[in-house]
Amino acid sequence: MAQFEDQRTTVYKVDPEHPESETLPTLRTEELLLNMGPQHPSTHGVLKVILELEGERLVKSTPVMGFLHRGVEKLAEEGTYHQFIPHTDRLDYVCAMYNNFAYCRAVEKLMNITVPDRAEYLRTIVAEIQRIIGHQFWLGTQALDIGAMTVFFYCFRDREILLDWFDELCGARLTTSWYRIGGVERDFTPSLFAKLKQFLDYFPPKIDEYVIFLEKNRIWLARTKGVAVISAEDALSFGLSGPTLRGSGVDFDLRKYEPYSAYPKCEFSVPVGKNGDTYDRYWIRVQELYESVKIIRQCLEQIQDGPIMADVPSVTLPPKERVFTNLESMIQQFKLFSQGFNAPPGEIYCGTEAHKGELGFYIVSTGGGKPYRLKIRAPSFIHMGAFDHMSKGYMISDAVTIFGTYDIVMGECDR
Amino acid sequence: MSELATRIEDTFPGACTKVVEWRGDLAVTVKPESLRDVARFLRDDPALRFDYIVHVSSVDWPDDEDRFEVVYEVYSIRTRQRIRLKTRVPESDCIVDSLTEIWKGADFMEREVYDMMGIRFRNHPDLRRILMPDEYDEGYPLRKDFPLRGKGWRDTFEFLDEPTR
Repeated sequence: MAQFEDQRTTVYKVDPEHPESETLPTLRTEELLLNMGPQHPSTHGVLKVILELEGERLVKSTPVMGFLHRGVEKLAEEGTYHQFIPHTDRLDYVCAMYNNFAYCRAVEKLMNITVPDRAEYLRTIVAEIQRIIGHQFWLGTQALDIGAMTVFFYCFRDREILLDWFDELCGARLTTSWYRIGGVERDFTPSLFAKLKQFLDYFPPKIDEYVIFLEKNRIWLARTKGVAVISAEDALSFGLSGPTLRGSGVDFDLRKYEPYSAYPKCEFSVPVGKNGDTYDRYWIRVQELYESVKIIRQCLEQIQDGPIMADVPSVTLPPKERVFTNLESMIQQFKLFSQGFNAPPGEIYCGTEAHKGELGFYIVSTGGGKPYRLKIRAPSFIHMGAFDHMSKGYMISDAVTIFGTYDIVMGECDR
Repeated sequence: MSELATRIEDTFPGACTKVVEWRGDLAVTVKPESLRDVARFLRDDPALRFDYIVHVSSVDWPDDEDRFEVVYEVYSIRTRQRIRLKTRVPESDCIVDSLTEIWKGADFMEREVYDMMGIRFRNHPDLRRILMPDEYDEGYPLRKDFPLRGKGWRDTFEFLDEPTR
């Protein structure tokens, strides 16, 4: 009660220097605290941000994370290397393939395994399809958050084709687990090749179609141009990566500068922005759709017949049909899953350019079948670290744009 | 030994305790008191310019004298190389200098290390838990002595076929 009285006195305080204002009380102003989330449709999952507002301007924003924390890093320490692959699907559940890829690459670096050529091409093709899916998903939801609804339907229509393609490839649309340590689980069927070729002819005109909705849309331009600007220096210092970093004009793409898989054999360009605002990041992602199509085309031209799994029986899994028909293969499979393979003691970090940014795995091994420590460098989590810096001074409605511009997925952010 | 490790050792004599190069990754362990100076040198030296922070991590070695290991991985956009900077601290005094003023992104990453491993950071602007709830007081989940299934409220469940604890 006393507090209430006190507030009343401050609200209707008479300004002593201007007694004439006695009839006009000086109103108290203070910053407003607003909780955004955790149940908010545009936070892309369960994320809460405490916004400190001055009028409608953001003064400070404090992300509160961890609503989706499942202790994946702890779980990794208790299972074998092979058993962790399905857990990586659940990190960034929108782009499971890329997580599998990044994890398998890290373990291959630890075990020093070379993946056969055909498997590398298959991996690159699927990774680029996953990048297309990721960017489509991003474009649709970002436009929806900002208020352009139609793009969402167009993006999801085409995304559906690719998800069905994944379904035919590995039997799952989102939690795929198709990559294996040392190779891939199964080869493409002729039908998959045919469908993919058909899609490559179908898709580029559709990208132009998405762009038509946005490129000259005044609302879209007003809400993305000059919003969430970050300088190249700050972006690096915050550890931003992927399109979020390239939007600020830093030419950094692991596919180019630490080439892996079949990327060095393909020709593609890395689009780089200038202004470091949301519009540039959007432009980069759209250009990457064209580049991905280009990479897949080249891979399809260059791919040769060959094995799809490295021949290292102590580490890699035997083909499934042999497990069911051959005793030795069954024992091999059983031993690899129950005991794991014997990893050499040491530690590695391996970063992969996922569509969000650098997705890395830091693995410490002390020998034996289980990782001693596995740390996931999740781009979504690191991008959230820059949220306060990037949102300062913008309007409250821009907070939604800034979530979207990182392309965050909370499953990966909270792990 | 790589040129970069030699460079660090020459600039900070006696600061490096261990240099490992394995599978193409360079890892340099430095004493905790010189961590900040080495980090600043790595970022500011015109020939190195490690301006991009990759991740901050931690490893628990319960049997060692210096139980905790803090790992900073940084990358140089100009010279296109990586380095892993590590330091070891004992459990009795598990506090490390924060590198937030050198790489801004270290803010959230160090908070995560604090949350998961209980290593504190000196001069950190906002050292709170980040993934676990703020009021969580049952320890630090990624320490090796923390059980996989957790502890606390889960153990207090009553099961039908078990006597009440």
